[in-house]
Amino acid sequence: MKHLYTWSAIAAIVVASVSGDVFLSRAMKQVGDVGALRRRLGSLAVVVRVLRNPWFLAGVLLMACGFYSLLFALSWGDVSLVGPASASLTFVGNAVAAKIFLHERVDHRRWMAALLVAGGVVLLAR
Amino acid sequence: MTFRKYLVLASVTIFAAVGDSFLSHGMKQVGEISSGDFKDLLLAVVNPWVALGILFLLGFFVAYLTALSWADLTYVLPASSLGYVLLALIAKYFLHEQITLWRWLGILLISAGVGFVTQGPALTHHHPACSEAEADRELVGSRSHT
Repeated sequence: MKHLYTWSAIAAIVVASVSGDVFLSRAMKQVGDVGALRRRLGSLAVVVRVLRNPWFLAGVLLMACGFYSLLFALSWGDVSLVGPASASLTFVGNAVAAKIFLHERVDHRRWMAALLVAGGVVLLAR
Repeated sequence: MTFRKYLVLASVTIFAAVGDSFLSHGMKQVGEISSGDFKDLLLAVVNPWVALGILFLLGFFVAYLTALSWADLTYVLPASSLGYVLLALIAKYFLHEQITLWRWLGILLISAGVGFVTQGPALTHHHPACSEAEADRELVGSRSHT
């Protein structure tokens, strides 16, 4: 039963952080190249523009949900399971979500990178 | 990709790894916090290592958002995952933790992944009102002209 709790919390972490990352990425694409904007409008204008973006606010909220799910998961399961399982599933989930929702061209190179990093994270925690 | 942009990706990596190490070091000093005890949680921030860690993680967030403003999510995440390697090295040399053969193998895999993704393009170019296949054909067309 505890196993089931841990894995549902891990699933919650993955869903929240993947959607949070996707939202933040969409927000920053709408804002535009921050370096160029800062040279043109100044730092304060860039900060205001980021903070007023609804995708940004939703992304931060989802990140916070992910963090709380992590705290729950850690209270039920070992850190050596929760940490790498959520991190590596998030990597792979991000590749899928970026392809579907952000229409990024996830080529073989990027799939390989996501899988290699996910595998590496699992080994790091052994 | 310009030198400045690699610098931003490097700061994403370094701020995250160093911030996490500071937080870890600080929280070990603070000791266990029972869940729901908000007074203890607030007091933890007074620990200089925890405060420094939070400052570094704020720096990480700014660098991360900057990178996302000109690069794909599927580029930024693997490219900045060298932080896991950095974290392992900090753990070995500063926190004196043992690194097993499995961990070195994990570090090798992550580095290989980073190598893969940074050789490709950083940003997908979207052509408004045209499908991916059309964009592909356009790409091939422009190549044959040059």
